[in-house]
Amino acid sequence: MSCEREEVFREIDVMARRIQEKSKVDIREQMIGDLYRDAEEIAGAVVTVEVDKEHSIEKRIDDMVLSRRFGYPLMILLLGTVFWLTIIGANIPSAWLGEILFEMVAAIDKGLVWLGTTQWLHHMVVYGILQCLAWVVAVMLPPMAIFFTLFTLLEEWGYLPRVALSLDHLFYRCRACGKQALTMCMGFGCNAAGVVSCRIIDSPRERILAMVTNAFVPCNGRFPTLLLLATLIVGGMNGAGGSDILVTAVITGIVLMGVAATFLVSRALADTMLKGEPSTMILELPPYRMPQLRSVLYRSLWERTRIVLLRAVCVAAPAGVVIWLLAQTTVGDISLLTMLADILDPFARELGLDGAILLAFILGIPANEIVLPILLMIYLATGQMTEVESVREIGHIFSAQGWDILTLINVSIFCLFHWPCATTLLSVYQESRSIKWTLVAFLLPTIIGMGICFLTAQGAKLFIAT
Amino acid sequence: MALMCWLRSIEWWGECVAGEDICRRYLKDAFDITPNEGEFIVALAGNPNVGKSTIFNALTGMDQHTGNWAGKTVVGAVGRFEWIGVRFILVDLPGTYSLGTRRAEEAAARDFICFAKPDAVIVVVDASRLERNLFLVLQVLEITKRVVVCVNLMDEAKENGVMIDLLRLEDILRVSVVGTTAKRQEGIYELRNVLLRTCQTDDIRTPRRSRYSAVIEEAVNDLLPYIKRAVGETVDARWLTMRRLEGDTECLRRVREMLSAQKEGGQCEL
Repeated sequence: MSCEREEVFREIDVMARRIQEKSKVDIREQMIGDLYRDAEEIAGAVVTVEVDKEHSIEKRIDDMVLSRRFGYPLMILLLGTVFWLTIIGANIPSAWLGEILFEMVAAIDKGLVWLGTTQWLHHMVVYGILQCLAWVVAVMLPPMAIFFTLFTLLEEWGYLPRVALSLDHLFYRCRACGKQALTMCMGFGCNAAGVVSCRIIDSPRERILAMVTNAFVPCNGRFPTLLLLATLIVGGMNGAGGSDILVTAVITGIVLMGVAATFLVSRALADTMLKGEPSTMILELPPYRMPQLRSVLYRSLWERTRIVLLRAVCVAAPAGVVIWLLAQTTVGDISLLTMLADILDPFARELGLDGAILLAFILGIPANEIVLPILLMIYLATGQMTEVESVREIGHIFSAQGWDILTLINVSIFCLFHWPCATTLLSVYQESRSIKWTLVAFLLPTIIGMGICFLTAQGAKLFIAT
Repeated sequence: MALMCWLRSIEWWGECVAGEDICRRYLKDAFDITPNEGEFIVALAGNPNVGKSTIFNALTGMDQHTGNWAGKTVVGAVGRFEWIGVRFILVDLPGTYSLGTRRAEEAAARDFICFAKPDAVIVVVDASRLERNLFLVLQVLEITKRVVVCVNLMDEAKENGVMIDLLRLEDILRVSVVGTTAKRQEGIYELRNVLLRTCQTDDIRTPRRSRYSAVIEEAVNDLLPYIKRAVGETVDARWLTMRRLEGDTECLRRVREMLSAQKEGGQCEL
């Protein structure tokens, strides 16, 4: 009986193939066509359409938004506006939050003294964990909350898919998928989230392409650092005199550099490691919708901001301990932290950086947010996260360490192009299940960043020498 | 793990294997759901960006991420809610334009509708784009008759001057149709009631089956006898035939595995 059945199944395969070959039409296509015709018939019977005026207005807006002449300037303008609002909006609550948090830390400090905790434990908790946390929260929370809210507004309104459509032909030329524009946008919020969102790209080749290039756009963790650097670049080392508009322009320029790198690297990869034709993109343009305030706030603040912040906090706490320990462990007179920085120094100098900067980026692998506090910690050799200083004070610290405009530019470039944070790398591995591509995601921005920094540093040296 | 929807119609299946077990195991493995006694399982299907997640939130009172772009729901969300003392588990399937096996999210949606044997499938459609959205509805109707068509975004359609005769649509499709504007909670009450009715009733109408062109019918008639010989009369052989002609070998392979397992020990294993 069962043998007979096997026989029948084999016959089915033969028969099916014969029918498919014999058929004049593609059966699958025909079935889809038939079903569509049925759908059309039903819709025709139940739908009546009046002259639609709303639709034509929408179409006219779309013609503008999607045109090449207005589309790109509008995109850059909106991007700039988002950054500008973030910059001017974040300053005050950041300082305010910093004050409150550091007062809280001070209170806990006193409390621990009163409790009579062992000194090393007390110091580790206060200077290692708590100050690191306070810094991360104070520096990150306000810009993130504002940025995510604005971003979600644009998304809800229906602008983001239009960005994807406008950028599609650029991505197409780079032999990548237009949806990469969306994953790139997510990357502005958090590269790890951006990598995960690459799932919306169907072709595996294009998905890998989008994943390994995601870290080229600066995430929120790097944003505050870039913000500070841009302020110092515009306003000089004491951080005064620069206008917000100029700072915004610099930031937008840096971001556009990252976007340009995304295109170039995508194209280069598509020509070498990930050869293949780009697939056509089917993206439905949603209608413009009035954003619902409650939903925007909920999603931007609760879902996005909270999750990214929580992640940063989880990473910052243990990292704070490690850095504190490194700073406390001394060999001879100098701390391990300073020693490591000294070891890296000659190499870093060639890149126009210094050992401390490179070390800060290396120790910042768990999360980009803590790069700046680590750097200040190394410079001040205090073995603890310093309080949130004003931009001017940070500028003074930097110039005391011999920073000049070139250093600022190089650090900005390196901040834009260096290894992605641990969470992003982990996401790349989880999504691609491939060590090779994780390695590529690590090496690509690193090599590019070091390359550019090397060129600018050496170029400047030559220029000054002549 | 493909296409076992026809299992519902096979009588021996219920005897030889606890079909419920498989459905439960699938729910547990894929979604980590363990339905309690008397809980109904409801799937939420629909094209991308028709407000599926908003419907999900409106029904469950949860706040799941909703976004104005296609392909947002990558992993199906799961929520529970209660209506007039009856409890439901709602599974938000990824948005798809059709049910095929070529794309991961389409296969996922089809698998769920087939495999988890939901007590009802809500297909959310965009009122302004009914024609394109009906394609998915017709495909779902080929698999299960426990369907509620939820015509969402009625307000937008109205603004655009699109009018839909919902009663007529119900007559044509022969399944329940509800008009909603989920973001303002309009029609959700009715949707809940219709859902309850669809889940509870044993007497459910046979929905519209789309007619195919002569070429297809001919091809189906050519292959149908063979399929029937292999799987017997009780299975939805026609549906299986169409999938095979479409080039989908996976679902037939599965049937074959199960039948041979049944022959050997009277115990089927997946």
